[in-house]
Amino acid sequence: MDGGLSPALLAELRRACGADWVFTQEHQLRTYESDGLLQYHALPAAAVLPGSAEQVQAVVRACAREGVPWVARGSGSGLSGGALPITEGVLIVVSRLNRVLEVDRENARICVEPGVTNASVSAAVAPDFFYPPDPSSQIVCSIGGNVAENSGGAHCFKYGFTTNYVCGLEVVLPDGEMVMLGGKELDTPGYDLLGAFVGSEGTLGVATKAWLRVVPVPETVKTLVAFFDSTHAAGEAVGEIVTSGVVPGAIEMMDKLAIEASEQMAHAGYPVGRGAALLVELDGAEDECEARFEEVVRICEQCGSDDVRVARDEAERQLFWKTRKAAFPAMGRISPNYFVQDGVIPRTKLPEVLDRIDELAAEYDMKVANVFHAGDGNLHPLVCYDGAVEGEAERAEELSGKILEACLDAGGSITGEHGVGVDKRRYMPKMFGEPDLAAFQKLRCAFDPAGLANPGKVMPTPRLCGEVPGPYRRHPLEVAGLAERF
Amino acid sequence: MAAAPVATEHPESPEEAAELLRTLGEGGQAIRVRGGGTKSTWPAAGEPVAVEVVTDGLGRVVEHNEGDFTAVLEAGMPLVRAQELFTSTGQMFALDPPLGEGDAATLGGVLATADSGPLRHRYGGVRDLVVGISVALSDGSLAKAGGRVIKNVAGYDLGKLFAGSFGTLGLAVTVSLRLHPRPDETATAWGSSADPAALAGAAATLAALPLEADCLDVAWREDAGQVLVRFGGAAAERQAAAVVDRLRAAGLDDVRASADDDARWSAQRDGQRSAAGAVLKVSGRPADLPAVLAAARDAGGSVVGRAALGLHWITLEGEDLARRVEAVRAALAPRQCTLQDAPDAVRSAAPPWGEPDPGALVVMRRVKERFDPARIFSPGSFVGGI
Repeated sequence: MDGGLSPALLAELRRACGADWVFTQEHQLRTYESDGLLQYHALPAAAVLPGSAEQVQAVVRACAREGVPWVARGSGSGLSGGALPITEGVLIVVSRLNRVLEVDRENARICVEPGVTNASVSAAVAPDFFYPPDPSSQIVCSIGGNVAENSGGAHCFKYGFTTNYVCGLEVVLPDGEMVMLGGKELDTPGYDLLGAFVGSEGTLGVATKAWLRVVPVPETVKTLVAFFDSTHAAGEAVGEIVTSGVVPGAIEMMDKLAIEASEQMAHAGYPVGRGAALLVELDGAEDECEARFEEVVRICEQCGSDDVRVARDEAERQLFWKTRKAAFPAMGRISPNYFVQDGVIPRTKLPEVLDRIDELAAEYDMKVANVFHAGDGNLHPLVCYDGAVEGEAERAEELSGKILEACLDAGGSITGEHGVGVDKRRYMPKMFGEPDLAAFQKLRCAFDPAGLANPGKVMPTPRLCGEVPGPYRRHPLEVAGLAERF
Repeated sequence: MAAAPVATEHPESPEEAAELLRTLGEGGQAIRVRGGGTKSTWPAAGEPVAVEVVTDGLGRVVEHNEGDFTAVLEAGMPLVRAQELFTSTGQMFALDPPLGEGDAATLGGVLATADSGPLRHRYGGVRDLVVGISVALSDGSLAKAGGRVIKNVAGYDLGKLFAGSFGTLGLAVTVSLRLHPRPDETATAWGSSADPAALAGAAATLAALPLEADCLDVAWREDAGQVLVRFGGAAAERQAAAVVDRLRAAGLDDVRASADDDARWSAQRDGQRSAAGAVLKVSGRPADLPAVLAAARDAGGSVVGRAALGLHWITLEGEDLARRVEAVRAALAPRQCTLQDAPDAVRSAAPPWGEPDPGALVVMRRVKERFDPARIFSPGSFVGGI
């Protein structure tokens, strides 16, 4: 199984990474056939595990020379198929690049390789500092993947996203050149290529080092869970909290079905049958937190909560979070299969969009559980289905797509943190018009005129870059009749 | 200075702007975009332009979604007017750059220059607060990126690409902003010292604490400097009072706290501009502060800056500016110093831009070629002659 890679290219990959780190056998490649979104799978022609930035560069350079496409992969925990391999291409797995290169507390910076996990960044700067972006997969997900996806997490309403914390990247461009975008300093001269690169889903190049900003650990954290009869009432509380000027570290909502499923797994004593649970966490200066926390309790009660539980200690706080983070895997307890959706709406549209989701669920006769990052309007509806029933997966997918349309109709987005990948590229034309997509393509072509970095992701249809200075070469996709030049 | 343009255009809508740019693009006529004109001398002189496209006809509020803390505004709107609108609903766009003569700075101009003020400490820069953008390009297209929700990863983040691009890629016609609650109360604690090491030490101590301050600035003028910390919100006065002891413990003199603090922060903002002198913006690291203060003192300059971000503005006034600008640059190398305000004589002697990574500059040129193939947007005025 070498998928048609030339012997010369394979030899070069082995020379670059060492023969032990170049996989071409089917049983070796199976490990990498999917990322976290298992309904998509493909075997790459070869998977390589470089051990240094220079080895990554050698691999990319070899691919560029032969016009072979490639995909970079971190821990493979992404949820949009962004790291789905290309059958005729090379998969560059950065897991071995897992060193923390520099901890600079004086400047609140840390430099890491892309295979370092998100959680180990905070661990490396503890106890005085932490790295705020905290996707649910933080124990396994890699900084390289976080950079590609501009990962968020539960705390990004207050603290921001990956893009707000990356100040510099060493990047191997698809032509094999190694460049520095941004730096250890802010506001380096020229276009903000760093800002364009973060969140580009591996289509502009592969990061080999990241300089990240870390921030002081807040003095105190206070967490509560409030239960409501309906998501409407909980949504009203979210609105009141945010407009009152409180900026919670996190504000998370679960609906009835999500509470039921999570409780079966986490056993936190949540009242099964209540309409909504709202987890609110405040962090910051001690007295400011105390004062604000009383305000939050009052708002929850005013909005109809008769059951507000304040975490008495760290163990109880962890239990609250465990219940929230169990929501996705817990779906397995109430449904054989489920799709995780990732839509965004303006927060004030929450009631009408939830009503619409209820209508759609009824129309399709399917269960949809809802988990949200409520502060920033990021919804994760979980569409439950039984894959053993013929046609049900397809209907669930259709329903999932209709939910995204409802988000767009409300003025939102098709993805808040999971990315477009392969999974959502078909929805891109619903959110962006042709001139918008053409502008995206201009950026893509500036970084990757040959279209070799993660082709087939993000953009709804394959596009080529048109005339570039230098001799004209037919693109592999063009030769194969898969795309036309326009 | 660039030669005076021969004509000005004032498009009245995004569509009209796009159509105008198509015509200019087809004719290959070089243009420059002008908002409030408060920072138009900052870029390099570049090549002569035939047309100046002024955004004063693009000043509408497209939407202000109060409950969602977002707004979409046309880019020609003066920032001061946008803030009036938001203030009336208890909100703010958390960006406070100096507004220039007549408070004329526009949203588009602030985006194009990526200018910022003391609030950047807590809220980030323009790149961090713009959640969507629409732009008119030289092929006549109107393209948008991002959206009007605060969390969104669909498509490329062109808002960041255009932030700080100095109008060399296209014309931003609308911007979507994330807004924040405007604090009812503010209060500031500050302390002084004639010893740069004491100032730098105090700033470093405060930067490492979880204060959740809105602003953390330093200032140096003549023979003494200050560290200033501002808090916003109901507990602001209490928080400022609590920092007083820390500033004293750090060895600063005349430590005080006050809720009557607006003038102090206006002065910090004003310190980023100079009518007759030369201003260098230093892209440094927090721990560079002693070196920045030393370079400024040696060159007879003053400093304002964001202590925890490593961004500082050094102002030189008086004689022999070009030489002193180069002396500061040499002292701080390899940190990049961008020349912002400066008299013509200085500008012709000292290039405004620092030097990006050579590999990144290659990509920047390719970005310019792709977005503005007709090369009509302020040719030659940006980094590396872009």
